[in-house]
Amino acid sequence: MRGANQAKWVVAAVAVALAATACGSNGGSSSGSSNGGGAVNAQGTFSYQSTEPQNPLQPANAMEVGGGRIIKTLFKGLVDYDPSNGQLRNQVADKIETTDAQNYTVTLKSGWTFHDGTPVTAKSFVDAWNWSANVKNNQINSDWFSDIQGYTDVHPDEGDPKATTMSGLKVVDDTHFTIALDGPVSYFEYKLGYTAFSPLPEVFFTDPAKYGQSPVGNGPYKFVSWEHNKAVTVAAYDKYAGVDKPKNAGIVFKNYAQAEGAYKDLVSDNLDVLDQVDPSDLASYKSDLGDRAVDQAQGAIQSISFSLYADDWKPENLAKVRQGLSMAIDRDTITKTVLNGSRQPANSWVAPGAMGYKDDTCGEYCTFNPEKAKQLITEGGGVPGNKITVLYNADGGHKEWVDAVCNSIRQATGVECVGDAKPDFKTSRDLIKNKKVDGLMRTGWVQDYPLNANYLRDVFGTGAAANDAGYSSPAFDQLAAEADKATSVEKTAELYQQAEAQLAKDMPAIPLWYYKTTAGYSKNVQNVKYDSFGDPVFTQVEVKQK
Amino acid sequence: MGRYVARRLLQMIPVFLGTVTIIFFMTRMLPGDPAAAMWGDKAADPAQLAAFKHARGLDLSKWQQYLHYMGDLFTGDFGLTMNNRKVIDVIGEALPVTIRLALLAFVFELVVGIGIGLFAGLRRGKAFDKSTLVLTLLLISIPVPVLGFVFQNVFAIQLGWVTPTVQSSTNLGQLILPAVVLGSISLAYVARLTRTSIAENLKADYMRTAVAKGLPRRKVIGTHLLRNSIIPVITFLGTDLGALMGGAIVTEGIFNVQGVGNSLYHAIGRSEGATVSGFVVVLVLVFLFASLLVDLLYAVLDPRIRYA
Repeated sequence: MRGANQAKWVVAAVAVALAATACGSNGGSSSGSSNGGGAVNAQGTFSYQSTEPQNPLQPANAMEVGGGRIIKTLFKGLVDYDPSNGQLRNQVADKIETTDAQNYTVTLKSGWTFHDGTPVTAKSFVDAWNWSANVKNNQINSDWFSDIQGYTDVHPDEGDPKATTMSGLKVVDDTHFTIALDGPVSYFEYKLGYTAFSPLPEVFFTDPAKYGQSPVGNGPYKFVSWEHNKAVTVAAYDKYAGVDKPKNAGIVFKNYAQAEGAYKDLVSDNLDVLDQVDPSDLASYKSDLGDRAVDQAQGAIQSISFSLYADDWKPENLAKVRQGLSMAIDRDTITKTVLNGSRQPANSWVAPGAMGYKDDTCGEYCTFNPEKAKQLITEGGGVPGNKITVLYNADGGHKEWVDAVCNSIRQATGVECVGDAKPDFKTSRDLIKNKKVDGLMRTGWVQDYPLNANYLRDVFGTGAAANDAGYSSPAFDQLAAEADKATSVEKTAELYQQAEAQLAKDMPAIPLWYYKTTAGYSKNVQNVKYDSFGDPVFTQVEVKQK
Repeated sequence: MGRYVARRLLQMIPVFLGTVTIIFFMTRMLPGDPAAAMWGDKAADPAQLAAFKHARGLDLSKWQQYLHYMGDLFTGDFGLTMNNRKVIDVIGEALPVTIRLALLAFVFELVVGIGIGLFAGLRRGKAFDKSTLVLTLLLISIPVPVLGFVFQNVFAIQLGWVTPTVQSSTNLGQLILPAVVLGSISLAYVARLTRTSIAENLKADYMRTAVAKGLPRRKVIGTHLLRNSIIPVITFLGTDLGALMGGAIVTEGIFNVQGVGNSLYHAIGRSEGATVSGFVVVLVLVFLFASLLVDLLYAVLDPRIRYA
């Protein structure tokens, strides 16, 4: 049996080789240092769970989180939001003045520089905005500039732009420029905190495409490298002039194809800061991570909307039926069981953490009450056909909760309810966008800026781009128009609260729950906080001394 | 032989054109608008969407797009991804990673699979053979994701031998775990095919002759038995090489390997026709050449097989 013995040795040798190389690679994993508030290494860098940016890294070209979070660290605009409370704070701007909410004068601080050493001037902003708004330059966020006078010249509905600059933007001198809007928008300053309004250096305009692969910004971190599909690396910028100076030396945005893998790397300290815990680990992440687990509200809401344009839901007297259906949903139980506590039951149309958020604007209509639900539906004349469908995309992990919501409605009211799954997000989005839904649909909103106007005006205003329900209420529009003309953000927020009350009467969309940031961090870092966008406050992360 | 190879190469042209055409139209007929999907949950600004589509040629008819695509393809231009990168660059990044992973898995299933199969076939009916049959059956019946997660849990989390995901795709040591997972099912097939083939050929006349004329056992098994028994295994391995390259989507996902499978998965998810077509074109070429190689290997292994 010599041959057989030889074969055995081959197997044994391979096994040894496998084991040896597997052990050899173990050196790469970082050894877990002692936990607890240790000494901080200001030269330390940390890694963050990310995805490949969908677009070149240009500030007005990042809408998804992959590119958006990287842009946020590389650029800083006139203002930003204080991560602890969502309040607006000045960054490059020294002050932004207005008397009529339509004409603004911006004064810049001196001392701000781009990462290539050139100063940040009024021209850096005006040129950047003009370029980004131009329809020819194909920036995803180009319509963010639509409030500014002359926007339609650079961004016409059809055909080529008539101009390359917007008439509403004027450079006064190096540190001053003026903004004129088409009409009063009292929360325009809040919009200015979005990354699309970042300044761009001279070098950008020589070759925007090349720049998009190695951007030069003015933010707390400067660009180091972009290894496609692997990682984007940024390093702290030592001449950063903002109020939030980085407490670490840099970030590696590491690409993960699946959240499960990222979570396993985090648990074994091969990844430092997590974006979101994957659904399958939600049940155990708090016991795995202990005090390194994060669980807090986020500025996003999940709802189901009615196709108010379809024949079934067009009649105006159906508001009671819609309210009844909302009362038939047991939000508490569903968020606790089906969603593993990763969502917080909603009782308003604005998520907590946004300015102008008011608790319980939905009132009893968002409280589970089968008796009242049945009564309201009967009073409203019943559900058309005594059957509803809820359209959703099957690729987003929505099936479980849609089924649970349907069960809840069916058991509470006897109305037949079924989920209507479309294969993927694009397919369902096409149907919703083209107003071809007949029944209910899954809708959601992630805040652009932490102000209630963003949840209301942009979702429920007549003809608003994200008004998937096709809702149109003169009363709501009237209050929204008044709010937009208000001269202070506080007044705007208050008027929008009144507009929100109208939603409770009409119930165009049933608020279900708010999103939560369920994340965590490794033993290598500390002081990891998340803002209402669900982003870690990158500059505040402290890397521990090894 | 030369004429045969030339004929096979010529045959590849229509096969190649046909698959590229089919894939082109299949990817372009996926429901949903890839340009609008770039806006995610938000509604796209209509003017910007139209400008965007125009810039990418997505506003042309499918046939015009097809002609442009084929025209570009012959000049080696695979088109652009949605984020304006050259598809050829994306392939250039992902392919070497997947080739490394696939070759590692291939070597694993080849060496270990044939080794186990040979040993089991020689000792047919004995304990080792029986346990091989049971174990390979077990491997075949476990879905890849389960195997992947179990291995990840045991070797990375419990034992701490490796990191749970691949930190650097150029590090062969880190690729071993995903390669073992990727190759394990094929390993089971290779082992079973080899075992059966060996066991059958043991009874062949030429084996009796070889033993009777007093050849050393090493030569009987190495030259006569293994060489004759390996033909069905080679057939399987040839097609498997292609499958390993393109079918690693699940494994690459679990271990976060940024290879062809992952790129393809994301491209399909975003309906990026150009990217999907580009990758599939490359995979088609890999399949075609792998099958040609297998056919040529037959002649090397068995002199009775001749190609004119």
